[in-house]
Amino acid sequence: MADNQEKISANYKALDQFIEDNNYSSHDLIAVLHEAQRLFTYLPEEVQRHIAKKLSIPVSKVYGVVSFYSFFTMNKKGRFVINVCLGTACFVRGSDKILAEFEEQLGIKCGETTEDGKYTLTSLRCVGACGLAPVVQVNGKTYGNATVETVKEILAEYQEQ
Amino acid sequence: MERLKSFEEFLTLSKNLEGLLDIKKGNVDSDKYVISVCSGTGCQASESKEIVETFNKLIKENHLQDKVKCLISGCFGFCEKGPIVKISPDHAFYVKVRVEDCERIIKEHIIEHHTVEDLLYVNPLTNMRIRKQEDIPFYKKQHRIALRNCGFINPEDIKEYIASSGYSSLVKVLQSMTPEDVIKEVTDSGLRGRGGGGFPTGKKWALTRASNSEKKYVICNADEGDPGAFMDRSIMEGDPFSVIEAMTIGGYAIGSDEGVIYIRAEYPLAVGRLKIAIEQARKFGLLGKNILGTDFSFDIHIKFGAGAFVCGEETALIHSVEGERGEPTIKPPFPAVAGLFGKPTLVNNVETWANVPYIFNVGAKKFASIGTEKSKGTKVFALAGKINNVGLVEVPMGTTLREIIYDIGGGIKNNHKFKAAQTGGPSGGCIAEDNIDIPIDYDNLTSIGSMMGSGGLIVMDDTDCMVDIAKFYLGFTVEESCGKCTPCRIGNKRLYEILERICNGEGEEEDLEKLESLSNVIKDTALCGLGQSSPNPVLSTLKCFREEYEAHIKDKLCPAKKCKALARYHIDDNLCVGCGNCARKCPVEAIYKTDIKSKRNSKLFLYQIDDHKCIRCGTCESNCPLKAISL
Repeated sequence: MADNQEKISANYKALDQFIEDNNYSSHDLIAVLHEAQRLFTYLPEEVQRHIAKKLSIPVSKVYGVVSFYSFFTMNKKGRFVINVCLGTACFVRGSDKILAEFEEQLGIKCGETTEDGKYTLTSLRCVGACGLAPVVQVNGKTYGNATVETVKEILAEYQEQ
Repeated sequence: MERLKSFEEFLTLSKNLEGLLDIKKGNVDSDKYVISVCSGTGCQASESKEIVETFNKLIKENHLQDKVKCLISGCFGFCEKGPIVKISPDHAFYVKVRVEDCERIIKEHIIEHHTVEDLLYVNPLTNMRIRKQEDIPFYKKQHRIALRNCGFINPEDIKEYIASSGYSSLVKVLQSMTPEDVIKEVTDSGLRGRGGGGFPTGKKWALTRASNSEKKYVICNADEGDPGAFMDRSIMEGDPFSVIEAMTIGGYAIGSDEGVIYIRAEYPLAVGRLKIAIEQARKFGLLGKNILGTDFSFDIHIKFGAGAFVCGEETALIHSVEGERGEPTIKPPFPAVAGLFGKPTLVNNVETWANVPYIFNVGAKKFASIGTEKSKGTKVFALAGKINNVGLVEVPMGTTLREIIYDIGGGIKNNHKFKAAQTGGPSGGCIAEDNIDIPIDYDNLTSIGSMMGSGGLIVMDDTDCMVDIAKFYLGFTVEESCGKCTPCRIGNKRLYEILERICNGEGEEEDLEKLESLSNVIKDTALCGLGQSSPNPVLSTLKCFREEYEAHIKDKLCPAKKCKALARYHIDDNLCVGCGNCARKCPVEAIYKTDIKSKRNSKLFLYQIDDHKCIRCGTCESNCPLKAISL
C-alpha cells in the first residue's frame, strides 16, 4: 500500500514537471490529459481536480473534455487491454463474432474489466491495418486475420502472465 | 548539418545528393544493393521490424556492409501481401516475407545473384510469378502522385526526400513567386479538398489570404476517423516531408508563420515519423526562423486528437486544438475568416497537402491534365472488405469502380458475387452493380447518392446484408455524434432503432417511409457535415436495395442470411439419417421426430425444426455429424 502511495505521488510530480517543462496552459488540456492517462493509466476524479487547479480552469471543464473524447477513461483498466477492431473492413470480415467470442470466454461485456483486474475488453474503430482484417490488439500488439478459433489461442498466450 | 542559409546552399546540397537514390531508381549498373522493407502499420504488425533487424544482422555476419544497405520504407500499398521487401537496383518485389526468409534472400539474391522464386507475387489469373513491382496488375493502372514517395524513400531521412525533388517546390516558391502567384497556381491546378467535401483548394487559400489579420494559422487535418480509410496515415508514415513542405508553402501563400498538425492519437507510428521530419527540417533551415535566409519564417507543431470522429469537421477540429470539447459551430464564419483562436485559419487534409509540392514541381497545367473536367488529379482509395487485393491504390479521377475492383483489386474474395461498394465511410453511400461503370469523381459520386469522402472503399459481396450495413454505419454515427444539435443526437438514434427493429424481424410496413422522411429531416437540419451526411448510408441502401428491406419486413427473411433473428435453420431431408443427435442437443426442444422415413436409413425417421420454438443458437448445426442442418 505504501508503495502504491509513493507511486501515485511520483506520478503527480511527473505530471507537474511535464506541464511546467512545456509551459502548458489551458489550451493544452488535451495534451496534459494524454500524459496524465499515460502515467496513471486512467483519469479518476482526483487527477482531474489536480489538473484543473494546475491549469487554473474549472474542474467541470476538465470533466467535459474527459467525457467527450473516447480515448480518455475514468475507469481503471486491466493489465491486458484487448481491443477488437470494429472498423468497416474488419466488420465485414466478421469482427463482431470475434468480439462476442471474447465476451463469452471472459464472461464480461465490451467495455468491462474482469474481476481479477487482468483483462479489459474494448472495441475501437480502425487501426488502419485493414489488410489484416479482422484485427485484435492486446496492449498494442496486433493479431491479424483473427477468427473465432484464434480467440482461445490469443487468450492462452496471456494465461500464465 | 548546419542550417541552410540561402538558396545557393540548398542547390549545392541537392546537387551533392543527386546520386543518393540511384540504386533505388535502378539506373546504375553496380554491385551494390538496397533492401527496402515496408514499415507501415500493417506490415509492422506482421513483424517487418524484426525483418529489418534480421537483415542487418545477416549483412554484418556476411561482411556485406559496404555492398548492401537495409532501409525502412513507407507503405507500398499492397497490404494484402505484406510484409513487402523490395531489392534495388533490380526491382525484385518479394511478398509475404517472414523472418526466416531473410537468410535465403541474402544468400540467394544478394550473394548468388538469383531471384528467390517462391517469394515472388503469383498472378492468380495466370498462376505465373511476377518479378517486378510495375508488372503486377495491382500497380499497372495506378498513377501515384500523393503516394509518389511512399515505398520509395526512407521516411526518416530528409536527404532522400531532397534527392527525390523534395523542397524544390518550396525553393521555387520562395525564390520566384509572390503569394498571389502561388494561390493562382493552386487554383489553376483544379485541386479540390481530398478529405471529404471537395472544396476547391485554391479558393480556400485565396479566402484565407484575403482575411486581414496580423496572425494566421495553417492546419493539417490528420484526424482520419473514417473507419476503413488509412491513406492519410500511410502518407504521414511514408512521406511526412511532403506534408511539411506543403504546409510551409501554404503558410507563405496566406501570410502565416505557424502551422499545426492535428493527428489522431491512434497513429503512434505516424506521429513518430512526423516528429522526426519536423526536427530534421528545422535542422536544415527549412522550417523555423528565416527559412533559407529569406524574411519568411514558419514553424509547425503537433496536436493530438483523443478519439472523436466529429473532430474531422474543421470547426470541431479547431475547438479541439484549443483544448476544448470538439463540438462544431455554425458556418459562417468560416475558418478562413475566424478560425483558431479567432484568427484566419487554413485547414487542409493530409492528402490534399501531399499533392501541393507535386503541383509546383510539374506545373498546374500538367496536374490539371489528369482527371475529369471538374475533378483534377488523382485520388487515393483504401480498398478493403471482400476483395482479393486489400491495400492503398491511387488512380486518376474518372477511373471506374469496375477498373478499381477487378483490374487493380483482383476481384471479389472467394469467387463470391459483387453486391455493393461503399464509399465515403459513414457519410457516404452504397453503390450497386448498375453504377459500377460510372467514372468516379466528386460530382458523379454525389449524383448517385454517395460521396468521395476521404476515400474509404469497402467492397461487399452477396453474403452482406445491406440493412445490417446501414445499421452498422448508423451505430457508428450515434456513437460519434457530439450531441450538440437535436437532429443528429436524437434523429440518428431513432433511425438506428428502426433499423434494429427491422433486423430483429419486428419491422412494420410504414417503417420504410419513416426512415426516408426522418433521414431527409436530419439531412436538412443538422448542424455540421457529420449530421447532414449521416443518413446517406440509409438512403442509398434504401434506394438500391429496397427489396432487401422489404424481405426483412414482409417475409421476415434476411436474404443474405446475416440477421440472426431472421435466420431459419433447416434440415436437409436428403442428408438426414435420423440419428436424433440434434433433437437431444437442442436446448429448447424445438426439434421433433416426424413419421417420414429417412432416405438414407429406412429404420429411422427424419427430424424437423419448429421455427416458432427455435432460438437460433446454432447448436444443432454444429452437432449434426452429416452437416445436414444449415441456415
